[in-house]
Amino acid sequence: MAAFVWLTIMTALRILGRNRMRAGLTMLGIVIGVAAVIAMVSIGEGAKRAVQAQIATMGTNVIVIFPGVTSASGVRGSQGSAITLTVSDALELKKRIPLLVDTGWSRRDVMQIVYGNRNWNGPINGISPSYLTIRDWSFTSGGPFTQTDLDSAARVALVGQTIVENLFDSGEEPVGAVIRIKNVPFRVIGVLAPKGQSSQGSDQDDVIFIPFSTAERKVFGTSFIGSVAAMFGSTDQVDDLPMAAEQIREVLRARHRLQAEQNDDFTIRTQVDIGKVQEGTSETLTMMLFAIASVSLLVGGIGIMNILLVSVTERTREIGVRMAVGAKRYHIVMQFLIEAMTLSLVGGVLGIVLGVAGAKLTTLIAGWPTIISGNVIVISFFFSLVVGLFFGLYPANKAARLNPIEALRYE
Amino acid sequence: MASLIECDDVWKIYRVGDVDVQALRGLSLTIEQGEFVAIMGSSGSGKSTLMNMLGCLDQPTKGHYRLNGVEVGRLTPDELAGIRNQQIGFVFQSFNLIPRTSALENAQLPLFYRGLSLKEQRAKAAEALARVGLHGREDHYPTQLSGGQQQRVAIARALVTSPSLLLADEPTGNLDTQSSQEIMRILETLNRDEGITIILVTHEVDVAAYAAREIVIKDGQILSDRKTKAGPIASPVEV
Repeated sequence: MAAFVWLTIMTALRILGRNRMRAGLTMLGIVIGVAAVIAMVSIGEGAKRAVQAQIATMGTNVIVIFPGVTSASGVRGSQGSAITLTVSDALELKKRIPLLVDTGWSRRDVMQIVYGNRNWNGPINGISPSYLTIRDWSFTSGGPFTQTDLDSAARVALVGQTIVENLFDSGEEPVGAVIRIKNVPFRVIGVLAPKGQSSQGSDQDDVIFIPFSTAERKVFGTSFIGSVAAMFGSTDQVDDLPMAAEQIREVLRARHRLQAEQNDDFTIRTQVDIGKVQEGTSETLTMMLFAIASVSLLVGGIGIMNILLVSVTERTREIGVRMAVGAKRYHIVMQFLIEAMTLSLVGGVLGIVLGVAGAKLTTLIAGWPTIISGNVIVISFFFSLVVGLFFGLYPANKAARLNPIEALRYE
Repeated sequence: MASLIECDDVWKIYRVGDVDVQALRGLSLTIEQGEFVAIMGSSGSGKSTLMNMLGCLDQPTKGHYRLNGVEVGRLTPDELAGIRNQQIGFVFQSFNLIPRTSALENAQLPLFYRGLSLKEQRAKAAEALARVGLHGREDHYPTQLSGGQQQRVAIARALVTSPSLLLADEPTGNLDTQSSQEIMRILETLNRDEGITIILVTHEVDVAAYAAREIVIKDGQILSDRKTKAGPIASPVEV
């Protein structure tokens, strides 16, 4: 049996080798289908990984709470326009909810920053020191400010990479320099490590952090002391996020004295929610591409079936001879099945090579990240095998059902 | 001991449209091991149907055909294929070699379906080719061989399994006189020296003359059946 299978494979290869053009064209559908699957899935995986990396720059297990919207005579303001969240809310949350490791808060405004003869308009963030740990900011030089700085409303600043690039000469050390924000001098005590784009595409490194109290009193000139633009919390485990979010909601509703029929005057987002939306998008894309690739594989399979039916007709006499010298039904079935599977497998391997090359080329030319997983290669290989098997069955059975006498007489 | 071939009141009826065509009509025939039989008859006489049936490519509609004591009429297609592979060698008028496949591989074909190892297949096929005088032409393709040589490859293919029965359907029909004589001499030698039973269908009287027994078929029945030589069948088989 082993000898039979081996020789049948060799025979199949030789027959295909004889009609290279025909075999090549027949395989093309499978080649394109498999290549498309591999390239698409690689690009999709790459995109997904990039999104995950972006989401990870938010911090670890983060919950974000925004204030609600203002509503004046039915005209609603933008998200976070209401001043419903305060520093004391954040402190209370930390006290009341053990699941929360820490809570932080921030306010932000875009202002002019001046250093020497240069200036830059960038977002100034007044934050609590805990914000830095929750959002996973690290430093390339210097370090964070402390609770003492917050309590004393110290004029210290942490600058992001984009700020450094625009205000300082290359090679110049920003730590220790004095910059002016709205004419108030601030000493730079830390340079933030770069985070790149956020998942929404904004530059996360275009940022200056100053103590929340300093911002309130000396820069923003807020009329509602203690109101924050966003609150942040973090948990130990990802799985704790939904529970923590629910508890935050209860605490805030109680603190804001909301009646049962009133809507929340805040919005809670966890990192998992944000991730889901992003991953959902790339998953939809992947599924769509997969559907297209499957259609291509189907067409490729039909191509194989078609050419095998032609082959059965062309080789009717040969089939007759094989039957006359003792080929049983399964011998004939196997012969054509192996031929079909050889076609689809060679096509599949070519497709894998082409797909991997295509993915690499995409990274090289378009700069998109791609991830080629072993799984998708194994699945594609297996899938092309199944296509060959499935679409080979009909022609193979047709060949095996021939009447030897008529097959021998066939002209 | 049973005869090699026993046909007992064999009928073969085809249905063509609304008409039943009776190709064989109650034909009875016995052929012993080691005989060399020529079957003659005009076209449409039923001799091709008879050959197909004797070669286990076809089964009788009615009656009994026993090959080596086995009732062929009751076998499945795969069982028939097994019998053809084990016991019967075919030689066709149009050679029926597999194109673009070497002489050796053509001769190997029946062994391929026996599941022998590739080495055994090659050795036996090379030996069979040598027996028909084609030593050194193993790697030739059918297109590189003359008609006579192609038919000898076909004979090697039929011989390679050491069959008890060799069926030759107008083996010289497509050959010139000289090649025909060569082929017939090979068949004669196989019959005489190795005791292989040969059944030959032919139109040509001088080809039929190589056989020891001549059967004439007409309208699906045997018209005449006579021994033309005191052949080697006189012979160990009947003892």
